[in-house]
Amino acid sequence: MELEPSHYPAQRAAGVARACISYRRGGPNRVLTLSNVRRARLQVRGRERGPRGQAVNCTAEVLYHLGSQHSAPEVHFTVEGELGKNPDDADNKFYSRIKSLKEPLVAQNIPDSFGIVPPEMEPIRHLAFSACDYIIWQNSTENTWYNLAQIQDVRQVKRNDDYLEFDYTVLLHDFVSQEIIPWQMQVLWHPQHGVKVTQNSRQPK
Amino acid sequence: MYQIKESNRELVTQHYLGTTYEKWPMYYLKISQPTNKAKKIIWMDCGIHAIEWISPAFCHWFVKEILQNYRTDPKISSLLQNLDLYILPVFNIDGYIYSWTTARLWRKSRSSHMNGTCFGTDLNRNFNSSWGGVGTSHNCSSSTFCGPEAESEPETKAVARLIESRKSDILCFLTIHSFGQLLLSPYGYTKEPASNHQELVDVAQKAATVLKGKHGTNFTVGPASSVLYQNSGSSRDWAHMIGIPFSYTLELRDRGAHAFFLPADQIQPTCEETTMAVITIIEYVNQKYFPNGAKLTSGNLCLNLLLSVLFVGALS
Repeated sequence: MELEPSHYPAQRAAGVARACISYRRGGPNRVLTLSNVRRARLQVRGRERGPRGQAVNCTAEVLYHLGSQHSAPEVHFTVEGELGKNPDDADNKFYSRIKSLKEPLVAQNIPDSFGIVPPEMEPIRHLAFSACDYIIWQNSTENTWYNLAQIQDVRQVKRNDDYLEFDYTVLLHDFVSQEIIPWQMQVLWHPQHGVKVTQNSRQPK
Repeated sequence: MYQIKESNRELVTQHYLGTTYEKWPMYYLKISQPTNKAKKIIWMDCGIHAIEWISPAFCHWFVKEILQNYRTDPKISSLLQNLDLYILPVFNIDGYIYSWTTARLWRKSRSSHMNGTCFGTDLNRNFNSSWGGVGTSHNCSSSTFCGPEAESEPETKAVARLIESRKSDILCFLTIHSFGQLLLSPYGYTKEPASNHQELVDVAQKAATVLKGKHGTNFTVGPASSVLYQNSGSSRDWAHMIGIPFSYTLELRDRGAHAFFLPADQIQPTCEETTMAVITIIEYVNQKYFPNGAKLTSGNLCLNLLLSVLFVGALS
């Protein structure tokens, strides 16, 4: 069945595909936003630290599992070309900066009420986007359209190994129900190994 | 609002609509070229959902644009020959204040329910347009709680009362939201097309094209139930159902990257492009109901009557 690309069923499925790809390929200096949905094709713009990234074509197949038990939609995708070098200089700089902090990083309300994000918090925010994308992908259905609205709280957890670890409480927005949903997630990141959500749980409103 | 009214007395008057739940007075601005011509009305409201901060910002910008340019811009002055603009800058005052002082992501009003254990009705689910149906919740803790009954909220009642009383003169009803970059026509409560569906979509498409010309922003056009989601009790649906021919919801920037937290440097470009879209819609309405600069003047009517009386007198 052909879907109208601009109508909500295609848009929501595209959001799921974007989330899945972004979780796999995103990081503190890479955010993947949805640029356009064409007929059965998904165009994903990889934006790397500069204001304009290249648009990269992706083809994705999204399979929602119907039934009483929820399970994450399956996403099969191919990306044409590269989404940028991994890790890059910005990743390494961020890594060194956080590793060398005397006190563990703690922050609230990113962005603030006025949409302001301090520049040194941008990678923390991008990391949250990528990590949230795992949660979004895992919890999406045909009747949801999730976005990260705001980071309510983030605390670094110091580790003895090479990984950076952060404990986030984020606020997800579901466009369909218009609900704001607090969600806790434990996030690991390493310049070579990428983003991993080790634990997550929905919080009471 | 007082300052705007005071410094533009020849064009702007402030009118009382009612009070909010927390007893703030609600006013709309009437922008009207003083003549003795009978005019039709364009209604625009902003800030029905508290969380959507770009929306009240847009109403403020739009009023400023009209007042700064009505003498020099031939487009605007020609519109004001035939049309009065009624603008409500903040529909949900209680919720908006709450989003500044307490909870940035608050959406609803601040009415009290269930013995003070639960707060707020989604004002855009509270109108009498298939109220309580698809896409709403009857649970007070929900973001889309439709209220205990249609028009239960004082804010909804205040606006509905005015619109109902002037509906034969209102040609266009615009309600401004964010986010999504959408220009939505009726209906949300059903997939059945509106009686003038094609015309509504064509005009919206025209407006979206003009909007895109300003800063390249893409807007999607279509009926809410296809483009966005199904929802009942919206003001846009209600306005069309009571006979207002042009009724649109505009969802402004962006598409989710910043969502409700639109950065400050996007406020002006968003307002500029949206102004152009709104003017395009109003222009179409003006052309349609006042073609070729025809003016509905009571002055003309009086003159015609006088002449025919004289003729009759002369003949007998």
